[in-house]
Amino acid sequence: MKGNEAIAEAALRAGGNNYFCYPITPQSEVAEYLAKRMPEVGGVFLQAESEVAVGNMLFGAAASGKRVFTTSSSPGISLMQESISYIAGAQLPCVLLNIMRGGPGLGGILPAQSDYFQATKGGGHGDYRLLVLAPSTIQEAVDLTMLAFHLSDKYRNPVMLIGDGMIGQMMEPVEFPEKYVEDELPGKDDWALTGAKDREKRIVKSLFLDPLALEINNHELYKKYELMKQNEARYECYKISAKNKVLIVSYGTMARICQTVIDELESEGVSVGLFRPISLFPFPEKELRKEILKKNVGTVLTVEMSMGQMVEDVEKVAAGAKPVKFFGRTGGIVPSPDEVKENIKEMIRQDAAPAKRTRKGK
Amino acid sequence: MANQATTIFTRPESLNEVVTHYCPGCTHGIIHRLVAESLDELQLRDKTVGVAPVGCSVLIYNYFNCDFLEAPHGRAPALATGFKRLRPDMIVFTYQGDGDLASIGMGEIVHAANRGEKITVIFVNNAIYGMTGGQMAPTTLPGQITTTSPAGRDTASAGHPIRMSELLATLRTPSYIERVSVHSPQHIIQAKRAIKKAFTYQSQDRCFSLVEVVSTCPTNWGMSPTDSTKWLEDNLLAYYKLGLYSEPDDEEDS
Repeated sequence: MKGNEAIAEAALRAGGNNYFCYPITPQSEVAEYLAKRMPEVGGVFLQAESEVAVGNMLFGAAASGKRVFTTSSSPGISLMQESISYIAGAQLPCVLLNIMRGGPGLGGILPAQSDYFQATKGGGHGDYRLLVLAPSTIQEAVDLTMLAFHLSDKYRNPVMLIGDGMIGQMMEPVEFPEKYVEDELPGKDDWALTGAKDREKRIVKSLFLDPLALEINNHELYKKYELMKQNEARYECYKISAKNKVLIVSYGTMARICQTVIDELESEGVSVGLFRPISLFPFPEKELRKEILKKNVGTVLTVEMSMGQMVEDVEKVAAGAKPVKFFGRTGGIVPSPDEVKENIKEMIRQDAAPAKRTRKGK
Repeated sequence: MANQATTIFTRPESLNEVVTHYCPGCTHGIIHRLVAESLDELQLRDKTVGVAPVGCSVLIYNYFNCDFLEAPHGRAPALATGFKRLRPDMIVFTYQGDGDLASIGMGEIVHAANRGEKITVIFVNNAIYGMTGGQMAPTTLPGQITTTSPAGRDTASAGHPIRMSELLATLRTPSYIERVSVHSPQHIIQAKRAIKKAFTYQSQDRCFSLVEVVSTCPTNWGMSPTDSTKWLEDNLLAYYKLGLYSEPDDEEDS
């Protein structure tokens, strides 16, 4: 199944029956797929006039307590930042998918990972965070899409999936669970707008004119983010061993290319491991720190399809304990396994060099 | 005799008993009441969700006794669309000023009307930005002095004021659109009739409905409430003609 269509179907199977969208390359197939499928499941499909409107329709729709979502790509996600900030402030659940393309500006339409900052550090105004998940295969995109609805309801917080254009356009076999079972969730009876019948009226808002009330609200938000850090850090390791000289940190499709690199280097006698964050917020800090501190790891290499964004989080985790280096291509160019491999070999050569440099210094 | 006393005038159930923050002479209070009376009379209160704008009436949710959403500036029709599409059995209204609806929210209102969303829009047009302190609005009259048009609105650079009811009535999608005013008891009665009709159309799932209420802003116009009313009659109503602009039955393609 094509990535975009698999994600669309996964959303439906997780009860995401309400979809608002605006066309943008490279993820318009999601909308095209759902335009056909949504009437079959009796859901809401609406093509809005802009991504600004899409985000705000999500805001209104989410207040009903039903599962709502949208999909878009980088410039479109930028236009939704206003509403994302409001939705986070008002503590409503919703799911957003960003099939990232190269930026800044209109940029290009080819795969990129340059919206990491936007997704994980805020994007819109104010003290808030999104829960951010990054799949590296179509199957994982399906699983994480379904999980996203659950986590969004669990924390009453927007959840964003970020994948690059390859995740959207690739074709891979996928399996959907026969029967989708979720852990129990708290009810929505205490916040959803259903009409003030036999109860007090309810207000869904992000406005707190009293600064103390706003501070209290923001502390409440951050308590949720702390819970996410405790419970929702997700990652995967590949060929991590005591022989590793280098630890690669990479996510999404880029991590798959790194796996190929690791396999090839292994056959050449060079041992490299991969740490792949699956949740980008919360970032799996403790787990990554443990790997970085292992004695055999000389250097940490972050590989991204950007000018280097996640690398700042990796540096923060390493906190100077090990050198953190970066390799990436940007603008829609996907690094080839060969160039990543060359980069690692060069790095290992340099790692051997510091001793010499020290002598020269003397 | 005392035994036969009956209550003939009371606070609508749809309004809370609280003091509003509106300035003396402001017409928001009257318009709130007309909306509340309509919800009461049509027995819609307990299945209604209001959508508050950004502007003077941002705190409307404190005054109404029904569920409320608070929208970003200009986006109320998009929030209303999202909610109403998921809950067509409920009543959804937005309450928006002229800066909110006719400037930053122009895209949202035009497309909500064009899709024929079954929502009701209460559009309060007083030709100025109120909450931010009296700046020029898209509805400010030519020559009208505001803090950002200190020499009066210059149509050569700011264009002419936008007549929203006329603009929206050009859309082919069936709708109910009427422009009213609340500056005299007679006009208040007419405004009430229009607002109630708008909610009636929505409760019948008929069409998009919008009532534009031409209004005053004594504080930012720098006039007494009485002078404001006179200025509205002499100036605003000459440019913003009261009346019915669109009715669903008038459409050829309902």
